[in-house]
Amino acid sequence: MTKIAFEIHDMTVAYYRRPVLWDIDLTVPEGKLVGIVGPNGAGKTTLIKAALGLVSLASGKVEIYGKSYAEQRRLVGYVPQRESVDWDFPVTVRDVVLMGTYGRLGWFRRPGRAERQIAERCLEQVDIHSLANRQIRQLSGGQQQRVFLARALAQQAQLYFLDEPFAGVDAATEGAIIELLHTLRSGGKTVLVVHHDLQTVREYFDYVILLNMRLIACGDIESTFTNENLHKTYGGRLTLLDEAAEAMRKQEPL
Amino acid sequence: MDGLSLSEKVMIGTALLGGMSGVVGSFAVLRGRSLVGDMLAHAALPGVCLAFLLMGTRNLLGLSLGALASGLVAIAAVTVIVRWTRTKEDAAIGIVLSTFFGAGVVLLSVIQKPSVGGNKAGLNLYLFGEPANMLTGDLFLLAGVAVVVLLTVAMLFKEFQLVCFDTDFAQSQGWPTLGLDLAMMAALAVVTVVGLPIVGVILMAAMIILPAATARFWTNRLHILLLLAGALGVAAGLLGSHLGRNFPAGASIVLTATALFVVSLLFAPQRGVVARVVAEWRLRRRISREHLLRSLYELGEPRLPLVAELRVEQLRTYRYWKPKLLERLLQWAVAGELVKVAENQVQLTPLGLRRAAELTRTHRLWETYLMQQANIAADHVDRDADETEHLLPAAVLLELEQQLEEAGRLPRAIADVPQSPHELEPPPPKPKRKKPQS
Repeated sequence: MTKIAFEIHDMTVAYYRRPVLWDIDLTVPEGKLVGIVGPNGAGKTTLIKAALGLVSLASGKVEIYGKSYAEQRRLVGYVPQRESVDWDFPVTVRDVVLMGTYGRLGWFRRPGRAERQIAERCLEQVDIHSLANRQIRQLSGGQQQRVFLARALAQQAQLYFLDEPFAGVDAATEGAIIELLHTLRSGGKTVLVVHHDLQTVREYFDYVILLNMRLIACGDIESTFTNENLHKTYGGRLTLLDEAAEAMRKQEPL
Repeated sequence: MDGLSLSEKVMIGTALLGGMSGVVGSFAVLRGRSLVGDMLAHAALPGVCLAFLLMGTRNLLGLSLGALASGLVAIAAVTVIVRWTRTKEDAAIGIVLSTFFGAGVVLLSVIQKPSVGGNKAGLNLYLFGEPANMLTGDLFLLAGVAVVVLLTVAMLFKEFQLVCFDTDFAQSQGWPTLGLDLAMMAALAVVTVVGLPIVGVILMAAMIILPAATARFWTNRLHILLLLAGALGVAAGLLGSHLGRNFPAGASIVLTATALFVVSLLFAPQRGVVARVVAEWRLRRRISREHLLRSLYELGEPRLPLVAELRVEQLRTYRYWKPKLLERLLQWAVAGELVKVAENQVQLTPLGLRRAAELTRTHRLWETYLMQQANIAADHVDRDADETEHLLPAAVLLELEQQLEEAGRLPRAIADVPQSPHELEPPPPKPKRKKPQS
């Protein structure tokens, strides 16, 4: 039996007393590429932030490999949304990637040779090695996303949370990210990705969490990413066009 | 240290203050908290007055502790207002700042009444600052604070950098972001408070913000920024107190810091205004020169291998030129022996033809790429191509060409474009303009 990498029990999250996520209950087995899918305001980012302890839970608990996040945070890598930081900040690409190693370094210690080697490897893995000394403002959107990915890789985690890594990136970067996800999966890692584009869910992921303030469904893509579940997730917002595209896709052999 | 003259003491004191406010201010500015320093300074006034009323003397340490206490109350007030109401942080800072300052001014007027005892001379100098009142003991206090603050920053550099850049990520790694934030804020508060008697309540914010903002023009690395901001603060303190001997010291220090800022704003490489304007002007000049050569090539293309003589009017109708631009461009091209101009007739020289052909090749390569890779509608391509081809580095162009060639999509016309002026006589095979979609 495969291990459970990530588990949420009866979790409710509220901002200013308005619940954003209600009674979420789900488990994700190790080694899956998981798409977190749902309409705007469905609480996808909140789900990730709650898992990482960045927002406080109104009730319930989150477990990473059977223990609380605080005990297991070394096992977790995080890619926040690209807009969440000031890209004019005076750091180079290499500086940002090195930040991934800070968690392991602990108080007061500076990154040494071992950390630098990790950073170099991660830079190579996302193919931005030649940009290592650039200030981060001088990069394109796709390159900035790769910097964040390299930083998460430098965390050397088992479980990764990626918040909209495909937003505003070029086709080449999208392909590179997908390739990276596959590499991670074959290394036994588990990756959860907030994803917007319904058309590519089936192609990119093998497990899916459908979310709209409540958990609609969670499971293997084949059994879970169904028209019926999508309808429940998006309600009237799933347009006819999307439905048609989805129907066509279903007829195609995968 | 008693052997020091007053002016030496003033210079050492202002230099110490400038150095540490530069370093601590850098974090505040990067964290988007520039105004917190301002608020702390203003909010310190009632604390200073209350401490004086309690102690009855003008002891710097005692007054500083009072200032620190009321500064912390102010920070707490802002936090509570932002947390529990819908007021935004900048508004909350404005409210707290003016309220505390108002209270301070009222207390100051109470102290000035003859019924209140104690040596109150110089207390109102907290408003504008007066380093000439500095005692040797004050200098020790400044030096002590500087050592503690700078050591803290040196030890927690990595942690402060992470929290300033990406708080959520820091928290996900388990750093106590709130505590680190408070540590940065505390350092800012301490520096502000010891700076008050020197530059005054009103100008202290400038000491916090200016060195950091100035240093940002010169570097893209945080540790260099900190060192530079510290150095700029020291320089402002020394120069300001020296140059402004006959003026209020606080004002002359701040004005010196402003002068350094303006110089950097104008003349810093890359980020400076002058450098940016020059770079933009150069780019525009290059683009219009390339447009001239490409227009000449394209107009003459149907008649290649003969190098056509074109009327200037033809060029004018082929493309829009700003008034006088075409004349200037032609002058440049003649000087570079790229064209010959005689009686309103323009003709490319062999050298000009080669350059023009290269440019056209680059342009079409890029056009092709955009159309086939980026799914841009064919009739929109030309404008986009014009804007971007000039920005592409040579390596990318080479790669592009290879990609297209490997896929068998490098248009024949491009491959045929002449490479060397020597092959022009006898002229090369006739290149054909072939749009990829046709």
